[in-house]
Amino acid sequence: MSEPKPQAPRWTLWLPLALFVGFVLLVAAGLMRPKDTDINSQMIGKPLPAFALRAAADGRGGLSNGDFRGKPRLLNIFASWCVPCGVEAPVLAELQRQGATIEGIAIRDHKEDLNGFLAKNGNPYERIGADDVSAVQLAIGSSGVPETFVIDGKGVIRYQHIGDIRPEEVPMMLAKLKEAES
Amino acid sequence: MRWALPLALVAVAAPIIASADDTMPPAPYAYRQLDDPAKEAKAEALMETLRCLVCQSQSIADSDAPIAGDMRNQVRLRINAGEDPEAIRQWLIQRYGDYVSYAPRVTATTWPLFAVPAGLIVVAGAVMRRRFKRTSA
Repeated sequence: MSEPKPQAPRWTLWLPLALFVGFVLLVAAGLMRPKDTDINSQMIGKPLPAFALRAAADGRGGLSNGDFRGKPRLLNIFASWCVPCGVEAPVLAELQRQGATIEGIAIRDHKEDLNGFLAKNGNPYERIGADDVSAVQLAIGSSGVPETFVIDGKGVIRYQHIGDIRPEEVPMMLAKLKEAES
Repeated sequence: MRWALPLALVAVAAPIIASADDTMPPAPYAYRQLDDPAKEAKAEALMETLRCLVCQSQSIADSDAPIAGDMRNQVRLRINAGEDPEAIRQWLIQRYGDYVSYAPRVTATTWPLFAVPAGLIVVAGAVMRRRFKRTSA
């Protein structure tokens, strides 16, 4: 201990305070950021898994992955017990009016309930498959209802929309369908 | 009378909450254990490390959400069919990303979590060595 102790530069005195302020800012930024609870499917760009679902409602056939051939379609994951799905129904009708082909998968649904739902809200679906144990839903990486996937003419998943489609999102969804043509 | 308002609110809200869930019976293996205890133990271990998709902070073993029941059903059926638990985990990660798994993985984004503590131990070791040397000299 013969040498004099080297003196730290003066500015280092402020280092702990600077670190603390930095930490507070980081936490504050994290608290301000709106919470994002969406779980995005990692299946975008991958082909639909193989499935064959029985018809979920009267008057519409069941749905299999083989039905997604030829042209891009929307695949709507919904249920009669899902409140936002009822809200979304007129928007789907509008999408259909503007030329979209919509296939449906009903999650954990009773046939009578679904018939009632379609009678009340209209039926924009070509086919509706019944997914009683969420098996197809899990296989395509969907985590809730409603969700809408864009499937291209080769059966490849191209886009996922989480939550109900808002009226102002109709042009965007149509553009995604158009994009899926190439 | 203090209870009147909360009770009235519950009465109003209850039908809304009730209608936001399905009325289907749970999937066959959502609440039923596998007959083979060894396989059930395997399934249980996996289910405790898979994250419920709609309840954020619960494993599918803990959650009563219908989709968690459907996931347990699928896990048990696959284990019963002889599938490896880690293969089932990978199948889910391929669909939902790392979100769905509670088992930590070293990836391009998570490596600092593992590297920083190791680095701190090395630095602390070096500092302590210098200190001890100084006092003994």
